[in-house]
Amino acid sequence: MITTTTEPRANYLTSDFGIKSWLLTTDHKRIGLLYLVTITLFFILGGLFATLIRLELLTPQGDLTSSETYNKFFTLHGVIMIFLFLIPSIPATMGNFLIPMMIGAKDLAFPRLNLLSWYLLVAGGAFTLYAMFAGGVDTGWTFYTPYSSTYSNTYVMATAVGIFIAGFSSILTGLNFIVTIHRMRAPGLTWFRLPLFVWAHYATSLIQVLGTPVLAVTIVLLAIERGFHIGIFDPALGGDPVLFQHMFWFYSHPAVYIMILPSMGVVSELVSVFARKRVFGYEFVAFSSVAIAVYGFLVWGHHMFVSSQSVYAGLVFSFLSFFVAIPSAIKVFNWTATLYKGSISYRTPMLYAFGFIGLFTIGGLTGLFLATLGVDVHVHDTYFVVAHFHYIMVGGALMAYLGGLHYWWPKMFGRMYPEGWAKLSALVVFLGFNLTFFPQFLLGYLGMPRRYHAYPEEFQVLHVLSTAGASVLAVGYVIPLIYFIWSLRYGAVAPANPWHATGLEWKTPSPPPTENFEFTPVVTHEAYDYEALAQEEEQEGVRVG
Amino acid sequence: MAEHEHVIKPKTYLLVFTALIALTIATTLVSYVDLGALSVAVALVIAVTTMLLVALFFMHVYYSRRLTQLVVAGGLLWLVILLLLTMTDIATRGWLGVPGK
Amino acid sequence: MASVHSPALRHHFDTVEQQKDASTLGMWIFLVTEIMFFGGAFAAYTVYRSLYPDAFAAASNELDIVLGAVNTAVLIVSSFTMVMAVYSAQTGRRKALAGYLLATMFFGLVFLVIKGFEWHHKWVEHHVPGPHFHFEGPYADKAQMFFSLYFAMTGLHALHMVIGLGILAVLVWMTLRGAFSREYYTPVDVSGLYWHFVDIIWIFLFPLLYLIGRHNHG
Repeated sequence: MITTTTEPRANYLTSDFGIKSWLLTTDHKRIGLLYLVTITLFFILGGLFATLIRLELLTPQGDLTSSETYNKFFTLHGVIMIFLFLIPSIPATMGNFLIPMMIGAKDLAFPRLNLLSWYLLVAGGAFTLYAMFAGGVDTGWTFYTPYSSTYSNTYVMATAVGIFIAGFSSILTGLNFIVTIHRMRAPGLTWFRLPLFVWAHYATSLIQVLGTPVLAVTIVLLAIERGFHIGIFDPALGGDPVLFQHMFWFYSHPAVYIMILPSMGVVSELVSVFARKRVFGYEFVAFSSVAIAVYGFLVWGHHMFVSSQSVYAGLVFSFLSFFVAIPSAIKVFNWTATLYKGSISYRTPMLYAFGFIGLFTIGGLTGLFLATLGVDVHVHDTYFVVAHFHYIMVGGALMAYLGGLHYWWPKMFGRMYPEGWAKLSALVVFLGFNLTFFPQFLLGYLGMPRRYHAYPEEFQVLHVLSTAGASVLAVGYVIPLIYFIWSLRYGAVAPANPWHATGLEWKTPSPPPTENFEFTPVVTHEAYDYEALAQEEEQEGVRVG
Repeated sequence: MAEHEHVIKPKTYLLVFTALIALTIATTLVSYVDLGALSVAVALVIAVTTMLLVALFFMHVYYSRRLTQLVVAGGLLWLVILLLLTMTDIATRGWLGVPGK
Repeated sequence: MASVHSPALRHHFDTVEQQKDASTLGMWIFLVTEIMFFGGAFAAYTVYRSLYPDAFAAASNELDIVLGAVNTAVLIVSSFTMVMAVYSAQTGRRKALAGYLLATMFFGLVFLVIKGFEWHHKWVEHHVPGPHFHFEGPYADKAQMFFSLYFAMTGLHALHMVIGLGILAVLVWMTLRGAFSREYYTPVDVSGLYWHFVDIIWIFLFPLLYLIGRHNHG
């Protein structure tokens, strides 16, 4: 049913006013917005450090900053972008907001725990900010010992504590999602009728719950070593620094799947609605999400090929790492097949989805080069690796984040963003992104090491291109920031289902009431049943498109 | 479809408790016997048995729904993955005869 | 099915049964995170014990096996009183519930006191890692690795015990206020799961820390 009323009605935004009603809310939708504001601020901060890095790299000499300061730039860029932006991003904003609605529930299973998760992220961020203002940390986001445990004179502990706390935010969100999806689905909503967005977040939550605790205990052991000067990773006491790497990457490899799986869930939704077709191979896409989550735990050693881990372990991890590409490839094939003979409309969210599919594929394929032990020995710790993961994280995850934000913005705020400006920014982001990061593949292959602030003259052209790209990319991010805020007051009022999409979240008003549904819906359709939707709308005399 | 609803009798608990104490005494005494390489295995077998008794009967996993049992099994499996794959490195160091490999 | 108007039913759940199932599943998933949390420490232990078996045995023999075994038994008793507490809740016996919860707390406290004695003893013997560490014999620095892990793992375990005591105290308070009944005792149930889990951690810590190579040195 499409409603065209523009009368203001009581919704989750207007149900209560005042700062206490936001800071003490247990409404999953408000908590999603709290997260949205928080991670946007962290993104801007992380972006600031990226700017400083790219500025320094304009010239071959280390002339903007000292190498010590540069070390702090890339450390903070990494720590903030990974732990304070990417890991929470889609799950904490869109996951929180949408999952209860998508399954026909009034809230998550543990609403108060949900609020605690947000406070934990803020507290974790506060510790990291403290470390930043007090003088920074220079170990790299990977905190390798013994530098981080013994030799670094920077604020390692404060940052580590911040990550520890933020980690629990992630764990509790994952726990909440798993219980919610198992126990609170509406009648008739079987697992294989769930939107793929939900499947993606279920898989993500499995990783959060199984992996993050290992990072937590690793940080505890690191803190004990640094604080009490006793050795667990200290070679002088018979400790093994490579053990730190094993324990660190046991989490941090699956962590990259925490960062990409939710965005794959978003892309599934976007491709379906903007091709007006059910997702091809639904079960394959659903299972591939869980497969990525499970299998992603078996490959961490591919970050350690040159660490002095045994060759045989390297062989095992290299071999296993080839296979983790398969479920991701399955998704890309299925999205492509969904587009085939679909009725495609090029709205902004779809543009971001297209960007994702192309750039993620490039990033993913370069991952295979890195999984190949023989190749990795040459490109490890070069800009090839940097380009690889930025293609996935920025070209992939961040694009899907923006796509999802545009897509669900009318649902969250009852307002449309301006389509013209949005399309322009999507284009600017795409062009800026490629100009920034494609040269980095070349740089890395030619031998430019990562984490270096000075480099041989011959690399300057590529670095200048990359920095130019970064400035374009920055513009692409600033424009949406402006028009999104503008739209809150001046954007066109959005109907309940502006995209004529399937999905329970579109059956509620925009913005939704606090309790989401007046009556618990009963589900009788498959997900993405666009044929049924088309019939329904034909009967009501509504034109779609 | 619900979690266990039937109440387990205190007698069952008492039986399990006795077994747990017996296993503790056993593992302590066995540690004084020279079993060579088997010592670790025996100690772990006893510990795992003790754990299973606590989990199945004190924590009601025996009476729980399939999902709960899957969650427990999954957690234990993940611990094994962590230990096993890490040890593939430690256990194979020096096999190549090249320093640092 | 239980009454929809049960005071314990939170508004976002449809039935009390759904709420209890969610709470139980939630606690089990939390315990899985704890398996992985302690698991990381066990991984470090596994690595170093496999690298330095003799040093670990020598260091392990310096721990008091009697106190360790007694503490293991104490925790098992506390797990027994905990299941009896749950049983009391299930059968509506309020006074017994409070009694068994207090008994569990008592035994937990006994465990911590004995642990405190042990740690103090280690401090006196200069077996606490750090600048004052001193270990006789050829295995000095690798023994320090053992003791680093010993204190880290028993320390984390003790921290979880203290948190458990806090949870039990809250449960006692809630019991005395009449918050639990035959129909609603979920917090007791899930807290019991947590308590048993902490017990299970110790069940592994005891043989792995105290019983290495005892047959050589006794």
